[in-house]
Amino acid sequence: MNYLTRRLVTFPLVMLGVSVLVFISIRLVPGDAITAMLGTEAGLLTPEQRAALEAYFGIDQSWPVQYGRWLLGALKGDLGISVTFGKPVLDVILERFPLTLELALLSMAIALLIGLPAGVFAATRNEKPSDLGVRIFAMIGQSTPNFVVGLLLIYILSVGFGVLPVMGAFTPLFQDPLENLGQLILPALTLGFAFAASVTRIARSAMLDVLSEDYVRTARSKGAPAMSVLWRHALPNALIPVVTLSGVEFGYLLGGAVIVEQIFALPGLGRMVLDAILQRDYALVQGSVLFIALNFMIVNLLVDLAYAMLDPRIRLGDR
Amino acid sequence: MRILRAIFTHPSGRIGGTIVGLYLVVAILGALGFTPHDPLMQFRIDRLQAPDAVHWMGTDLFGRDVASRLMVGISQSFVVAFASVALAASAGVVLGLAAAWSGKGWDGLIMRIMDVLLAFPAILLALLIIAVVGPGTWTSVMAIAIVYTPIFTRVVRGPALSLKTRDFVDAARTFGSSRYYILTRHLMLNLVAPLTVQVTLALAWALLTEAGLSFLGLGTQPPASSLGLMLSDSRNLMEMAPWLLVFPGLAIMIGILGFNLLGDALRDILDPKTRRVAA
Repeated sequence: MNYLTRRLVTFPLVMLGVSVLVFISIRLVPGDAITAMLGTEAGLLTPEQRAALEAYFGIDQSWPVQYGRWLLGALKGDLGISVTFGKPVLDVILERFPLTLELALLSMAIALLIGLPAGVFAATRNEKPSDLGVRIFAMIGQSTPNFVVGLLLIYILSVGFGVLPVMGAFTPLFQDPLENLGQLILPALTLGFAFAASVTRIARSAMLDVLSEDYVRTARSKGAPAMSVLWRHALPNALIPVVTLSGVEFGYLLGGAVIVEQIFALPGLGRMVLDAILQRDYALVQGSVLFIALNFMIVNLLVDLAYAMLDPRIRLGDR
Repeated sequence: MRILRAIFTHPSGRIGGTIVGLYLVVAILGALGFTPHDPLMQFRIDRLQAPDAVHWMGTDLFGRDVASRLMVGISQSFVVAFASVALAASAGVVLGLAAAWSGKGWDGLIMRIMDVLLAFPAILLALLIIAVVGPGTWTSVMAIAIVYTPIFTRVVRGPALSLKTRDFVDAARTFGSSRYYILTRHLMLNLVAPLTVQVTLALAWALLTEAGLSFLGLGTQPPASSLGLMLSDSRNLMEMAPWLLVFPGLAIMIGILGFNLLGDALRDILDPKTRRVAA
């Protein structure tokens, strides 16, 4: 069985494993679900009321029955009701998802726009001072946590320029694109900074590898212009690891940038999961974690497929 | 000694090694209580005092000395990072060797479980574990360890699978060496190089994750000090007291940079094939 077939076959199995892990984790939380939902008010319930509630939420059944029901519901898109929001979990998730998706796309665009040219530039000036400068920038970028970058950006804008960044609001892209960009640019820059550093490093090392290949030397010896060798012969092949890295990072970002959303008070998926955990909204935690893991796995699978398309050795080989 | 010499002749290794060494000294001093002031002492008259000769890095909203809290915070972050990476590496070595040595059935089972754990973005898995166990320092250790165990398992299993088929392992079997002896002497010793690199890089991630969890209020709990917690506290005060943001921010950044540089240097030294990639 080749690598891709194996990935496709194991995908549903791993997803099933994820659902079991999420289901069991939530049930391992100390205390019963009714108390978790109602807090101190649960103490006011009579035994009959408690039993009725347990029957209503299906938690009077054994774990395998509960899991079966939950999984069947999940397959039909029914992830339960969020206690905090008082509406279906899937609706709450889908309300938050556009922001997270847009933020991930914007961060990736920033990372590629900065990282790719920087990496290519550094590779063409290998071991020269400008290469060293790019490498130092990339190393610092990779070592700076995004919450430090976010806070510094806020500080520089508010103290240095007297501008308070827009926080806590989100206008959908198609409603007012400019306002939307104003709200998301700082968080995207924050996330894009470390992402750009990773792209720079991987693009530089991939370009260095490709530039030492025979076909590049042949193109040069045949008198092809330097720019043509760089952009037409070298770059397309150096892009393979960049695509992989970007895909994996994008997958992470689709899970919600918990900390950055928290700093900029953005109503995204990551902050929603954090709030759900803090407020013990277990249906929401369970549903959103499953949703995020599914997204993450799909993106990783797509990255593998793209990688296999770009590099036939993986498509045909047995990894 | 040879490896230390190699680290200090490598440019990244020299810088990274020096940073990590200095941080270790600060962490030990912080843990032993050798700080300029008591990190919990509230100098009420000196609240939000800018850095001066008495309080080198200023004071916070409660008048606590930032430098002292930073030292204790570094030691706290190091304890979490080292403990979680030690746990993850130990679990990863046992699981990776078991998977590689047992073959088909166990290998499949162990690696599918690892695939399930890898199906979560790291911070989300950590949040899920914290949701179950409740926030705290040791919960952070456990969460970070579980998040990084699959990575160590993969790092060990791959090379162990190929080592298993090598002639020297066959020879050891022929001479009647026990399974335990072959695993610990022949396989483990050959895995030291990739593991050392992975441990160093994982320490950088662990520092980052610990700071992130504490920043969110899910790691180390106040009044204990942690770098993430200090940064979180600085959020509403940074215009008035920028030192509350700058010093912990720099401390986290330089610490992670140190481990990253050291990890890159070790990768160059121990695996020359990746030299250019690492650069």
